[in-house]
Amino acid sequence: MDPTDIGLWGVPLAILGGAIRVSTPFIFVSLGEAITERSGRINLGLEGTLVFGAMTAYAIAVISGSPWLGLFAAAAAGSFFGLFHGWICKFPKVNDIAIGIALMLFGSGLAFFFGKPFIQPKAPSLPAIPFGGWSDIPQVQAALDVNVLFLIGAVLSAVLWWAFRNTRAGLIVRVVGDSSDAARAMGLNPDTVCLLATGVGGAFAGIGGAYLSLYYPGSWTERISSGQGLMAVALVIFARWNPLGCFAAALLFGGAGALGPALQSVGVTQGYYLFYAAPYILTLVIMIATSSPGRSLAGAPGELSITK
Amino acid sequence: MAETVSNADVPMFGVRGYPAALERVARRAEAFVIPVAALIVGMAIFSLFILAVGKSPLQLYEVMWRGGFGSWFSIQNSLSRAAPLLLAALCVALPARLGLVVIGGEGAIVLGGVAAAAAAMAFNGAPSFIVILVMGVAGMAAGGIWIGAVGALRHYRAVNETISSLLMAYIAIALMNQLVEGPLRDPASLNKPSTQPLAEAYRIGNIPGMEVHWGIVVGIVACVLSWVLIEKTRWGFAARIAGGNVKAAQVQGLAVGPLIVGFTALAGGFAGVAGMLEVAAVQGSANASLAAGYGYTGILVAFLARHNPLAIIPVAFLLGGIEASGGLIQRRMDLPDATVLVLQGMLFIVILFSETFYGRFKAFNPDLWKRSDHLKRIA
Amino acid sequence: MTDRFMLTRRDLLKTTATGVAALGLSNALPMSRAFAAAATVGFIYVGPKDDYGYNQAHAEGAAALKGIEGISVVEEENVPETVDVQKTMESMINLDGAALIFPTSFGYFDPHMLAMCAKFPDVQFRHCGGMWDKAKHPMNAGSYFGYIGMGQYLNGVVAGHTTKSKKLGFVAAKPIPQVLLNINSFLIGARSVDPTITCQVIFTGEWSLAVKEAEATNALVDQGIDVVTCHVDSPKVVVETAAGRGAFVCGYHANQSPLAPEKYLTGAEWNWAKVYKMFVDDFVAGKPLPNFTRGGLADGFVKMSPLGPAVGEPARKQFDATLAEMMKGGFAVIKGPLKSNKGAVVATEGQAFPETAIELESMDYLVDGVVGSTA
Repeated sequence: MDPTDIGLWGVPLAILGGAIRVSTPFIFVSLGEAITERSGRINLGLEGTLVFGAMTAYAIAVISGSPWLGLFAAAAAGSFFGLFHGWICKFPKVNDIAIGIALMLFGSGLAFFFGKPFIQPKAPSLPAIPFGGWSDIPQVQAALDVNVLFLIGAVLSAVLWWAFRNTRAGLIVRVVGDSSDAARAMGLNPDTVCLLATGVGGAFAGIGGAYLSLYYPGSWTERISSGQGLMAVALVIFARWNPLGCFAAALLFGGAGALGPALQSVGVTQGYYLFYAAPYILTLVIMIATSSPGRSLAGAPGELSITK
Repeated sequence: MAETVSNADVPMFGVRGYPAALERVARRAEAFVIPVAALIVGMAIFSLFILAVGKSPLQLYEVMWRGGFGSWFSIQNSLSRAAPLLLAALCVALPARLGLVVIGGEGAIVLGGVAAAAAAMAFNGAPSFIVILVMGVAGMAAGGIWIGAVGALRHYRAVNETISSLLMAYIAIALMNQLVEGPLRDPASLNKPSTQPLAEAYRIGNIPGMEVHWGIVVGIVACVLSWVLIEKTRWGFAARIAGGNVKAAQVQGLAVGPLIVGFTALAGGFAGVAGMLEVAAVQGSANASLAAGYGYTGILVAFLARHNPLAIIPVAFLLGGIEASGGLIQRRMDLPDATVLVLQGMLFIVILFSETFYGRFKAFNPDLWKRSDHLKRIA
Repeated sequence: MTDRFMLTRRDLLKTTATGVAALGLSNALPMSRAFAAAATVGFIYVGPKDDYGYNQAHAEGAAALKGIEGISVVEEENVPETVDVQKTMESMINLDGAALIFPTSFGYFDPHMLAMCAKFPDVQFRHCGGMWDKAKHPMNAGSYFGYIGMGQYLNGVVAGHTTKSKKLGFVAAKPIPQVLLNINSFLIGARSVDPTITCQVIFTGEWSLAVKEAEATNALVDQGIDVVTCHVDSPKVVVETAAGRGAFVCGYHANQSPLAPEKYLTGAEWNWAKVYKMFVDDFVAGKPLPNFTRGGLADGFVKMSPLGPAVGEPARKQFDATLAEMMKGGFAVIKGPLKSNKGAVVATEGQAFPETAIELESMDYLVDGVVGSTA
């Protein structure tokens, strides 16, 4: 067989490659949002933060020539948006969901506004590590070109999972998220904890955006995000606020998203819209299958407005 | 804080020493003055942004006024854009009264439009009022089933409604595309795959003397009916109790399940009607333009209106006006389209932030008048 | 290209190679423009004005009018194909005094532009891609388009010489006539080099969906495809992803060679400046505007990107010869005997559809050799 002709093997390979390539923004946004939501707030504005992060990373990479500087700038910009959300929501009666939606508009608007001059230039991309060297099939090599951010995301999700259970900081975030009264009784300031948790969440979302513009698909356009930020926030609920669950959900979403193009590439050409809906259908089915009326959302932070 | 002033000592008819009418005006004025003040502050902040990028804020607001509100043409332009937002916002506001955050109204709009177009095809040839009625029912049913399912999943399987409605919106758009490019496609639609165009008789036209289609009337009526439902009926009362605390509602013997399914289905039904109106009054057929983002803008409208159906009307008009003026801002001031997004973001953040001031100003709170009089007397 | 707001951080941007020229220009423009020009021309875009693709091609055409004495150009981007576009046209007429309007997206035509034509009989509307028909449509409406399928044929010729695997790839948005003609032309061009070549198409379902376009490109390359082209609004992602995987690319809408200088073979580009100038010259001269305008390479409506460094000598020769043939006019890509990929006869022996053939604008098939489905 011609070594470049992999035929139907293209489908599982595309799902694997897609899971690795497409999932990273979902991983970062959902991990960030998991931290925020564990502290009892919800920030729906991460879509805007993601887009602004994508623009910032690209712009700084173009100007400085360094993608790492771009990544850093995106994280900084993201944390700024997060801190702003955290600060404004500490005032009584201010609705965190609504502020998030307004921030979504604001972040995207600013990104498009200041991003205009950076659509034409080309920025250097973030590096990938070739894990496919053992194989002499170019497709396998390509699928296993793993970006460093994916690896960092994988490690982070494990670290966060551990930290939520075993560290003081993790405990503080959880206590604040479950009951701000209990937290106050312990001498904690819930507002400060929420502020920091939202700031970290924003920084993660900014990094997710940097991945979009600096690695995959790797360019800055106003249509770079097709709602990944919003979807990732929703995936946190799906993952039941568990960082490892966020990682798994992101992989599932990325892999299922690769199904549509891969099937067409091997000649399954009918009904592609329905294949493209696979990630959404799959997530919905899993949610229905794993939820039950008796057990309300296990792991839901008590202070979270969206699950109250 | 204001809430700490107990309601127990508020007398039935006005605070002593102040006319009851003045008190009522003061209490009502709060809901008007605070958002307007926030709007002005938001515009002032946006002025700084415009100055920073080297343009004139005065010119910008002049252009905005002219584009969105300053003439009969502009007002009709704003109203046309507000029409779908009214119904889309109800899709968020009604479930919100039960404590549910539904963000997938876009799916109900899209499917409502497709169902209406399909119904019109099935009833082609029938008298126009029947076809329009059938389209409305089909649109409402499709949207109602879609969002009603979200409510049912929430209540009977504990599936979070925020994520399920979002997922179902994406699924609905895929379904619409598959139908419009497949079985329902009119071969003559060429480069814009669409269903068969509606016959002229089945179109919904403009309000006589106006350049605005009847959708705005439908939307306003729906808002008023929703307000009556929530504020004046026992179902609305039950919903508010269940929204406060499901357990308490169940203890009182309320049928929370049917209540949730009913409210979400009605909400989705309204969004479905929005889709039907897009088909019958604007597009003349169902196509991918049904997914124009009204469902997502509706979330913002509902939250800005604090889920009060009557407040949705002015908020949708304001949003329609801002969007109507966006074009003129691009053309007159050489600013990108994103300027309007930035403006909306800033304005809405300030307006939403202003909610923290409710009940804090003495002028609007007769309870505080009394207390301060009382304090003076002691002193 | 971009007469519009740009950042005040001009100095920062000077460090970048591209985009700087455009910036210098935009900052030199006066802050507010006089609107008392003899005629105001309106342009409406469905996406952002600078998308490295469809909308940018039109915006560049509009920008070419800005130097014309007495002509003032007003533009609006990101206008959806809803009541919004009707109100935008109306607003351009009522508030800016626009007398000639170019709504540039296909979906603007019916019902939106037609409604405005009826309402404003004194305003001229010319639409990109629509099928104006004297029997059905008013005289102040009209449509223009270019035979860009010819450009995709030439892309195919170069691709046919360049491919080693004999498998080409096409990332397409939706299965509509304009896209199907491009896919078919690309393959037929390649088959003029080697009749065993096939073309795999992937429909993304949307005009602009960056991640899906990248995934589609990857899936194509995974199948051993080594030359990729596309028909989506913004080809930037497809070009960069394909080049990143080592495949060659042919461009579309605009010249994307700066994005992949080594891998870019050539591209089918619009030359709207020519078309818009033609309309506006007639308009200024007071002549009636044509209602149905079409043109190809010979008319300068369409042009090809310069051939890239990877294009070999045989390819260059056939490219030049075919181009010369096309410049004579009447070139037929679709000619018999030809079957669709479902086996239906689309052109019998001796039958030919020259570029001007109106049937091509309602194409609903993919030709034999294309792997893909129209629905």
